[in-house]
Amino acid sequence: MNYLHSIGEYFLMLKGTFNRMTKGSVLRGLILKELDDLIIGSMGIVAFLSFFIGAVVALQTALNLNNPLIPKTLIAYAARQSIILEFAPTFISIIMAGKVGSYITSSIGSMNVTEQIDALEVMGINSLNYLIFPKIIAMLFYPFVIAIAMFLGVFGAYAAAVFGGFVPPDLFVQGLQEDFIPFHLVYAFIKTFLFAFILATVPAYHGYYMKGGALEVGEASTTSFVWTSVVIIITNYAVTQLLLS
Amino acid sequence: MIEIENLHKGFDGEEILKGINYTFEKSKTNLIIGGSGSGKSVLLKCMLGLLTPEKGIIKYDGKPYSEFTEDEKKDLSKQIGMIFQGGALFDSMTVEENVMFPLRMFTHRKKKKQNLERVREVLKRVNLEGSEKKLPSEISGGMQKRVSIARAIVNRPKYLFCDEPNSGLDPKTATVIDQLIQEITHEYDITTIIITHDMNSVLEIGEKIAFLKDGVLAWKGDKSQIFKTDDEAVTDFVYSSNLFQKVREAQKQGL
Repeated sequence: MNYLHSIGEYFLMLKGTFNRMTKGSVLRGLILKELDDLIIGSMGIVAFLSFFIGAVVALQTALNLNNPLIPKTLIAYAARQSIILEFAPTFISIIMAGKVGSYITSSIGSMNVTEQIDALEVMGINSLNYLIFPKIIAMLFYPFVIAIAMFLGVFGAYAAAVFGGFVPPDLFVQGLQEDFIPFHLVYAFIKTFLFAFILATVPAYHGYYMKGGALEVGEASTTSFVWTSVVIIITNYAVTQLLLS
Repeated sequence: MIEIENLHKGFDGEEILKGINYTFEKSKTNLIIGGSGSGKSVLLKCMLGLLTPEKGIIKYDGKPYSEFTEDEKKDLSKQIGMIFQGGALFDSMTVEENVMFPLRMFTHRKKKKQNLERVREVLKRVNLEGSEKKLPSEISGGMQKRVSIARAIVNRPKYLFCDEPNSGLDPKTATVIDQLIQEITHEYDITTIIITHDMNSVLEIGEKIAFLKDGVLAWKGDKSQIFKTDDEAVTDFVYSSNLFQKVREAQKQGL
C-alpha cells in the first residue's frame, strides 16, 4: 500500500509541477542556475568515465579475441554498439543518479527541513513549480551530455585499441562503420530523454516529501539513488523491449 | 480580522485541534500560547493554508478561506508576512536578495530600482544596514530573525504570522525581536499572530492572548488578566518557570 501511495503522490507532484507557473524572468534565472549545477557541473566526471569505459570495453574485447577467424574490426564494432546502446545512456545515467540525484534530493530536502518550502508557499509561490520545473527543463540538455559521453567513449576505445597495438587505425574505423544502424542512435536518445526526466523528478520527489531533520536528508538521498536507479533500469528494459525487439 | 470557527484538524486518526473558536483582533499582537503538542503550530499552518482543516471555517475579513478563488488566495498571500521559527531564509541568496524575493516574485522587472529602495528602507528599519551583501550563514541568529522580519514586512502586509520568533536567541536579543515586532505591528497597522511558549514575550508584547491545551482553547484574555486568572491549566503553564514561580510567591507574601 505504501508503494501505491508513493506512486500516486509522485504523479500528483508532477501535476503540481506544471501548474501555477512561476514568473518567467525568475524562472529563466533558475533554469540557467540548474543548467550550471546539473549539466555543466557533470561534464567532468562524465568525460572521465566515458573515456575510460570506452577504453576498457575495447581492451576486454581485444584480449578475449583469440580466434584468428574473427576479424579485428569486431573490437571497434563491439565497442561502438555497447557504448551507444548501453554504456553511455544507461551506465552514465546510473552514475548521474548518484551525482545529480543526490544533489537534487539533498538540496530540496534541506529546504524542506529548514521550512524554506513553507516560506515559498506562504508567499503564494507554487513551490513544486519553483523547485522542480527548472530542473526538468535543465535536464532536457542531458542528451548533449550523453552525446559527448558516446563520442569520448568511442575515442577511448580507439585510443586503447590502436595505441595498445591491438588493431590498426584503418581497421578500427572500418569496424566503427560496419553494420551501423542509425535507429540505434534514435533509440539511445529516446531513452536518454526518459532517463533525464526520471533523474530530475524521482530525486525531487524524495527531497520534497521527506520528513524529519538533517539525518533524514541523508537517508532520503540514499533512498533516492536506489529508486532512481531501479526506475532507470526498469525503463531501460521496457524501452528496449518496445523499440528493439 | 481573522475569525476561526469550530476548527478541527487531526493526523493519522489523532485529533490535534478539537473545535477552536477564536477571533484575532485587527492591529493588535495576538499571542497563541501553550505547551508543546497543544496544537499551536497546526493552528497556524491551517490559518496559512499550509494544512487543510477537516472541519471548521477560517475567515479573512469576513470571507471563508475555503471560498477563496485561486486569484484571491494569491492576493491574500501578498498580504501575509511570515516569520518562521528558524528564519527560513534562502541559503543561496544574500540578505538583500532574501528581502527582495517577495517583491521580485510579484512586481515587474522595470520596478527593480523602486524595489531596491524599498528593501534598503526595510533593512534600515530592522537595523541591518551594511549587511545587504552577506549570506544568511555569515550573520548571527538574531540578525537572521531581523532579516526574516524585513522579508515579512517588505510587501506591506496586512497580517503578520510569527512562529516562535525568539526561540534560540539570548534573552536580550529575544526582547529586541519582541519589541521590533510590536513596533512594526503598530507602525504598519498589522494584525499580528504570534505563537510562543515564552512568558517573557507574553509580558512584553501580548495584547490579546489565547491559551491552547490539548487542542482546545482553554483560556483567552489579555496580559493583565493572565497573571490573575485562577484557571488551573493557565496557572500551571504560566508559573512553570522558576522565575515566575518566585515572582508569584513574592506577590503572595506581599513583597
